[in-house]
Amino acid sequence: MSLKDILDRLFPAGHAVNVANSVITGQAQTAQGPVAVLGTTDAAAIDHAMALALADFILDTVEQHPGRPLVFLVDTCGQALSRSQELLCLNGSLAHLASCVDLARRQGHPSLSLVTANAVSGGFLSFGLMADQAYALADAQVRVMDLRAMARVTKIAHERLVELAATSPIFAPGAESYVRMGGIEAIWPTASAELLEAALLAARQAMPATDQRLGCGLNRGGRQLAAGIAQAVQHAGLGA
Amino acid sequence: MSLSLTNRHSWFEATARARINGLLDAGSFSEILPPAASQPSPHLAQLDLPGAFDDGVVIGYGRLEKKPIFVAAQEGQFMGGAVGEIHGAKIVGLLRRAVEEKPAAVLFLIDSGGVRLHEANAGLIAISEIMRAVLDARAAGVPVIALVGGSCGAFGGMGIVAKLCSAIIISEEGRLALSGPEVIETVAGVEEFDAKDRALVWRVTGGKHRYLMGDCAMLVDDDLAAFRSGATEFLAGWAEPAPSLASLRARQQVLKNRLAAYATYRDGLQVWAALGVAEPESVPLLDRDSLVALKEGLPT
Repeated sequence: MSLKDILDRLFPAGHAVNVANSVITGQAQTAQGPVAVLGTTDAAAIDHAMALALADFILDTVEQHPGRPLVFLVDTCGQALSRSQELLCLNGSLAHLASCVDLARRQGHPSLSLVTANAVSGGFLSFGLMADQAYALADAQVRVMDLRAMARVTKIAHERLVELAATSPIFAPGAESYVRMGGIEAIWPTASAELLEAALLAARQAMPATDQRLGCGLNRGGRQLAAGIAQAVQHAGLGA
Repeated sequence: MSLSLTNRHSWFEATARARINGLLDAGSFSEILPPAASQPSPHLAQLDLPGAFDDGVVIGYGRLEKKPIFVAAQEGQFMGGAVGEIHGAKIVGLLRRAVEEKPAAVLFLIDSGGVRLHEANAGLIAISEIMRAVLDARAAGVPVIALVGGSCGAFGGMGIVAKLCSAIIISEEGRLALSGPEVIETVAGVEEFDAKDRALVWRVTGGKHRYLMGDCAMLVDDDLAAFRSGATEFLAGWAEPAPSLASLRARQQVLKNRLAAYATYRDGLQVWAALGVAEPESVPLLDRDSLVALKEGLPT
């Protein structure tokens, strides 16, 4: 589905969205009022310029439109892989972007992200996974690495990984795994204004948003250990 | 601050536990979920790989110059310090506890390549949870200080986490970046980044470069005592600021200016020259004190 189709379906009441250098920024109308729309398209490899463009738009929204919801559209193949990008501390620009999403939350902006096509590692961490809730379209690819590359790096046979991926959401690529692990709230069969309205309402009602992903991952059977361990650490007696 | 080599206890070579013992007041450390109360990763066992009872991270509390401190130390010698389900949950639990109990600081001894691929989805989500938990601790007024000087550096998602901390204290041996040079070489070719050229790798990702650029607050010697005195000195002069639009706007401007000025550079030597370093080629040879003096003398 093209970005225009996705925008038309999510925002039938109207949208004015600009795309420059694979970065989406703009405004749209919903039944609950205007929302800020931002993110990336064309499986963007996130670089400094993209991260700073997104950060700028978030800071403008916080300044000019207090409380306006943020709707992130995520289509990223990860981070830009280049020496010049690393020379200028790409992780620093991605952390800055994440800090801006976090500031918006603290200043009362509900947020949600929708993975429209691809969500991979660093690109996903810097904004999609920073939203109050993340959602994904049914055919979205969500992963750290595909199984062939993973087989090469871990030196575990590809067949073995494929076999385990069938039963383990711990490392099987795919949006469904992320739902079971608590990282994605739900999968949408298609881009739809109704689902978006419901998600916006849920985000508003959950404010101030806290990170509930450990509990979700436990309840959905994907992460059976993490929630209990974090709890144990929080409540362990201190001897001294 | 420089020490003769024989009196140093290398941070780079030390284990996570030895780093904690050298960092905190003697005998003050107590571990939370020590190995006897924990379990190795069942996900590694499923792949017939050996686990560790602490899952590669040691967490607990202690004192630094008598102040109460929380500490998390990744063990780079186990699975490259990479974050799996249990490893990540221990760190998240500690940071959330810090929000409640408000220690004087959380010291985060990062030594990690990022996500543990064998538990990739659990690791990625855990790193996202760590990112938010770091920001929550800071918003609660608890400084989170990253200490980077281990053999695995701070890469991948842990590179992002490091840059979300209040400050980074790094050694010359420390490395901080997003993608590892090997990954870039594999995907983009040896002409883009020759991962075997160690000098180049350090000029792009190493502690001196990150310190000269202002991405790390402090450069210290590769020595347990130097990290201890660096952390003590940093905390003495630091009050955690509330998150604010103004501070992020200021940061945005710095990053924009820097990108505009240096976007075409591909080597630390070029950036250092542009920063005003008269003899950039001498930087790799300078000891810690000389480099700090050089940075302090640069035009701002």
